Amino acid sequence: MTRISMNVDGMKVTDDVAPRTLLVQYLREGLGKTGTVIGCDTSNCGACTVHLDGDSVKSCNVLAVQADGCEVTTIEGLAATATDSSESGLHPMQEAFRECHGLQCGFCTPGMIMQSVDLIKRNPQPSESEIREGIEGNLCRCTGYHNIVRAVQYASGQLATAADTRGATEEVDAL
Amino acid sequence: MTAVDARPDKSSEIGRDRRRKEDARLITGRTRWTDNINLPGMLHLAMVRSPFAHARITGIDTSGAETSENVVAVLAAKDFDESLGVCINAWPITPDQKAPAHPPVAVDRVTFAGEIVAVVAARSAAAARDAAELVEVDYEELPAVVSLEEAVKDEVLAHPDLGTNKSALWVFDSAEAGTGGSVDEAISTAQNGGIVLERTYRQQRLIPAFMEPRSVVCDPTGEQFTVWSATQIPHILRFAFAATTGVPESKIRVIAPDVGGGFGGKLQQTPEEMIVFAMARRLGKPVKYTETRSESLLAAHHGRDQIQKLTLSATKDGQVTGLKVELDANLGAYVAIVGGGVPVLGAFMFNAIYKFPAYQFNCQTVLTNTTWTDAYRGAGRPEATYAIERLMDELAAEVGVDPLEIREKNWIKHEEFPFTTVAGLTYDSGNYEAATAKAKEMFGYDELRREQAERRANNDPIQLGIGISTFTEMCGLAPSRVLGSLDYGAGGWEHAEVRLTPTGKVEVITGASAHGQGHETAFSQIVADRLGVPFEDVEVLHGDTQIAAKGYDTYGSRSLVVGGEALVRAADKVLEKAKPIAAHLLEASVDDLEFSGGRWAVKGTDQGMAIGELATAVFAAHNLPDGVEANLDSEATFDPDNFNFPHGTHLCAMEVDTETGAVKMRRYICCDDIGNIINPLIVAGQVHGGLVQGIAQALWEDAVYDDAGTLVSGSFVDYLLPTAADTISFEIDHTTSPATTNTLGTKGVGEAGTIASTPAVVNAVVDALRPLGVHDVAMPCTPERVWRAINEGSAGGETTGAAAAHFDPSTGMSGNVDRTEGDAQ
Repeated sequence: MTRISMNVDGMKVTDDVAPRTLLVQYLREGLGKTGTVIGCDTSNCGACTVHLDGDSVKSCNVLAVQADGCEVTTIEGLAATATDSSESGLHPMQEAFRECHGLQCGFCTPGMIMQSVDLIKRNPQPSESEIREGIEGNLCRCTGYHNIVRAVQYASGQLATAADTRGATEEVDAL
Repeated sequence: MTAVDARPDKSSEIGRDRRRKEDARLITGRTRWTDNINLPGMLHLAMVRSPFAHARITGIDTSGAETSENVVAVLAAKDFDESLGVCINAWPITPDQKAPAHPPVAVDRVTFAGEIVAVVAARSAAAARDAAELVEVDYEELPAVVSLEEAVKDEVLAHPDLGTNKSALWVFDSAEAGTGGSVDEAISTAQNGGIVLERTYRQQRLIPAFMEPRSVVCDPTGEQFTVWSATQIPHILRFAFAATTGVPESKIRVIAPDVGGGFGGKLQQTPEEMIVFAMARRLGKPVKYTETRSESLLAAHHGRDQIQKLTLSATKDGQVTGLKVELDANLGAYVAIVGGGVPVLGAFMFNAIYKFPAYQFNCQTVLTNTTWTDAYRGAGRPEATYAIERLMDELAAEVGVDPLEIREKNWIKHEEFPFTTVAGLTYDSGNYEAATAKAKEMFGYDELRREQAERRANNDPIQLGIGISTFTEMCGLAPSRVLGSLDYGAGGWEHAEVRLTPTGKVEVITGASAHGQGHETAFSQIVADRLGVPFEDVEVLHGDTQIAAKGYDTYGSRSLVVGGEALVRAADKVLEKAKPIAAHLLEASVDDLEFSGGRWAVKGTDQGMAIGELATAVFAAHNLPDGVEANLDSEATFDPDNFNFPHGTHLCAMEVDTETGAVKMRRYICCDDIGNIINPLIVAGQVHGGLVQGIAQALWEDAVYDDAGTLVSGSFVDYLLPTAADTISFEIDHTTSPATTNTLGTKGVGEAGTIASTPAVVNAVVDALRPLGVHDVAMPCTPERVWRAINEGSAGGETTGAAAAHFDPSTGMSGNVDRTEGDAQ
């Protein structure tokens, strides 16, 4: 067992963990942070994406001991990190996913939102192709990505209303 | 008390872009996935799975695992008693269907790679998985049969004791059914001066690949079993547990909490669920099993996997006179819960939107040493739609006209509805002309055809293809009597309850359990509209058999059209029940009352009472009419008298690099007719997701086995789910021909995009290459297959080796392609 300490969603935690424990296992099983989910065992789906010291990582790809001394933000702590959380108490990206119907079953959603927040942080006004490339490590089976892309555009101020997510879209620059 | 002024006008909810109620928990990670459930003393299971597709089990040594740290039990088949049960086959399509008994844990022989041979229970999931590695199983490998082509030869048998791989033969003949003429006569007539097209298409095997892996928890408390499962079918599952274990339904509570996608893939009583139930019962402790993604791809059921041999006869100018379908469907190692019947559903859709005068469908289901197949988004209908929409393009090419012209020539005209098809279905409403006209305009059809002609004339290495799919489907499964006539083991009705609470809020209970479709939102809109109460005041409860005691769950685009209508009827019953009470309290005659905006008013006066006020008065029950029950609750069960038939026109533009075989989607538009729409935002999401799932079949997804029966595409590294970077945004719109089989006028939408998009994409790829002599590209249209189709004249891959043999030389479309000749066309 190895002793680790980290700050998770604003809460300081110290625990003894088996060295092989993945960060996602520690979050889910050790801390009960079940908002972060596991969708695959090959690091392909991105459902477990969290922020480690502010950058998005797939938490199935990080050992808990590697996060020792780090700041970890999960979907459950995301709203608190936003300087411009809305009245609803949501992070603007969470608002955007709801506004644009960027989710259906919602299983990929925590990872997708965490990845999208990181994307906007690095590139505040991404083009459609930059959004598509920015989230290609996160798989979604329900939305066809159409409304997820729109949600990111909405969060970045490039889209006015959810009605834009329904049908006609502007010229697709990805192609 | 509800403020009258705040109440929406009647119908203000229908057709409104409501943001989803579900999202609040899903976007904040406060979600109830089954794998999030942890109970005191809970044990975790790991499965020991066969690496071989077909082998005799000659010994199992569990001693190493049993003595492993934190392990509580290790069991093989011999260690379970009869309470484990046998997996259900609920759709025996013929009385003599061959269906081997399917034990959840293999007894002495494994029949597909991934089949469970032993189970480990431990105090942690990690300990269970570690110990599972220590179970030593001795296998004596047997010859395995994997492909349909090999299986139908009966040389190698998936189940040697059956003596054949052929499970059942199901036939529909329009001449015998009295719905049309004789196909053989139509073909023989066409052989003299008409057109006879023979084509063979392959529906590759697909994996539903819901994002949430399957997970199940069983808590045996006293005599009561509470089961949480990531399932589409909590009600059917409860029935199945009762039927397979002997524990009565009253002692089984099944909860489908938040469920992360299904697409038909969570429509089983799975072996894993049966094992968890049996282990919880045996050990007297809560038990959980959550599969890994690799296990999911390997052992949760697969879909499609059919070979369709088609013979179409037509007049010289393209009027279809008959269609004959000979279909082989790979069931895998066992006949799944409805897997045997999935291709039969397709039987009714091969004639699609067309007025075929003669039709014959011969379906042979076949067993192999592969994972069992069952319903996958669309279930039978995508396969049929693909075949006929590809074939209509081939007919257009043969006649030398635009593919839309061939369709117009053969489709059912708007004024002909209702129309009974050659397959015996009566389409109640539809307007193919309107949807197609709108789609053409959205797409800029004529302009793209002009660009295509220019590229062809210029021998542009990047050719443009335009793909068309004018699809229809039967959805809203029900009607029960029809399902019964097909030997389907269950009904198709749906149940609903509407209850007014003392504070005037509304509790809605539905048997249609959701897994991402937004039932809580759409159903709230329906009930808010019907009762005239605020959307926010409606709470929809579902997915728990102790709350929603009756139901048939969610599949086949049935929730809204069957479950939604049940809600309407339950809500109307509440109003009927309330009206005399309102009259009594208002001291007016029932005939003098009018109901509007959630309020009963006495005609010609300002006297009235809101539904919420009435609910409070009924709760208090101080002053009710004699003989009236003190509640405003009602329930209804709805069983429609017909399916409903969404349709639409989908148009796709693909750019195909004739030098590398690479394909790129340029534009995709669709105009669907799904009748009246409750929530356009949700509908759009369903369409987008469906489109990508169908496009993925056309371009990327393929569950590949090697000759030994090992699943090569056994992880997300190899099984290519599309990413955001692979796909494009869509333009979607609608025309509206309300369904006549429910008062909402709605039709299903969940499967439409998937059904329609696959042929649209492949038609576009083939259309781009037709001047090069290419008339087929096998799915998925990988660059290699496209390149081979261009350069070798086949359909581009090993998977259509069988198909090539069926091509009719008389069409002039077989044989090697002469690039020079092709370029000159």
